[in-house]
Amino acid sequence: MDLIACHDCDLLYHQPSIAEGRKLRCPRCGAVLLQHRHDCVERCLMLVLAALILFTVANAYPLLSLDLQGREQDTLLITGVIELYRQNQAGLAVLVLCVSILLPLIKLLSQLYVLLPLYFGWRGWRLPVAMRIVDILHPWAMMEVYMLGILVAIVKLASLASIVPDAALYAFAALIMVMAATDASLEPHDIWERLSKTR
Amino acid sequence: MNRPQTAARAGFWLCHGCHQLNRVGIHAHESERVRCARCGATLHRRKPNSIVRTWALVMAAFILYIPANALPIMTIVSLGAGEPDTILSGVITLIAAGMWPLALLVFFASIVVPMLKLFVLIYLLLSVQFKSRWRPRDRTALYRLTEAVGRWSMLDIFVIAILVALVKFGSIATIETGAGASAFASVVVITMFAAMSFDPRLIWDVIESDHERERSTRNPS
Repeated sequence: MDLIACHDCDLLYHQPSIAEGRKLRCPRCGAVLLQHRHDCVERCLMLVLAALILFTVANAYPLLSLDLQGREQDTLLITGVIELYRQNQAGLAVLVLCVSILLPLIKLLSQLYVLLPLYFGWRGWRLPVAMRIVDILHPWAMMEVYMLGILVAIVKLASLASIVPDAALYAFAALIMVMAATDASLEPHDIWERLSKTR
Repeated sequence: MNRPQTAARAGFWLCHGCHQLNRVGIHAHESERVRCARCGATLHRRKPNSIVRTWALVMAAFILYIPANALPIMTIVSLGAGEPDTILSGVITLIAAGMWPLALLVFFASIVVPMLKLFVLIYLLLSVQFKSRWRPRDRTALYRLTEAVGRWSMLDIFVIAILVALVKFGSIATIETGAGASAFASVVVITMFAAMSFDPRLIWDVIESDHERERSTRNPS
């Protein structure tokens, strides 16, 4: 039997076998240690591919358009970053660019980079590095917070102007669901086990 | 053996990157720079300088919290005139407009969460430094909550980014970002780093040393 330790309280014990779909919680502090899933790689790969398609759509097409006294204006996901930069808020612009576009993209690509070789049985190159990138980026990819921000902005402006949601907004909403599903079904423990086996 | 055994005391260090247990021996020292056998990350017994780092980041966040709330985060300029909005006045405007749920949401994300996060971190730091034995399980859960909820404070920053992008109608209406916005963004980012640098295992280390003392004074059952 394998030894396992809790990352939150350092309790050391023998890893019990857990049933499919069940979570293993630390008996002392309650932290979720791992979850058992047998089709994790296949499902996650499909979800990541879907997320990448949705990501492209969400970035390529207008998110919202605003109608004020007959003047209409389209807004892309990147427009906010550009406008912040124009207002001499370069720091904010870089931060928003990173957490809402760049880091989610890098996270998705890293996941793809790890999952493809695992699925097809390729050797892969530096997979542990990519897997660590996924882990580090996890709190910094804030697309779902951005989505909530869009909703708040819409409600705030609703009384001043009419706002028309565009195609990219629906893609964006779907993207958040797919990314959440990926995070929920990607079991790092399982991926790491596979990575150490292939080496 | 009924006494809980920890990885560190058994001579194992848990990799923070891939959660692999690495046998390093009981006498291993931080300065040796041991690397994880599986992913190559540098191993640590506990997060390095956890207490000092977290204190420094919490203090920095506290200082920035003042301009973040005192300075305007944005100004809606309509027909050449406009009044600056701080975080709090933004919430009050929402209440005045009757948008209660939204006001509550912004109030929680922008005011309650950052403040609560700072106080929780200070409490956890003090509880570790004063070797508190009070409800370690709940304190660990509190830490997990603090770490998970922090990112939602970015909400206000995103709202500004979207409003700035949407409302640019020249002389009719534009939105200008204020100095408070970057201060607030810094608070959110710094508190996220502060939560990451705190090591919840320190909460349990105190209790471990208790067990040790108990064992030496009493016969283990």
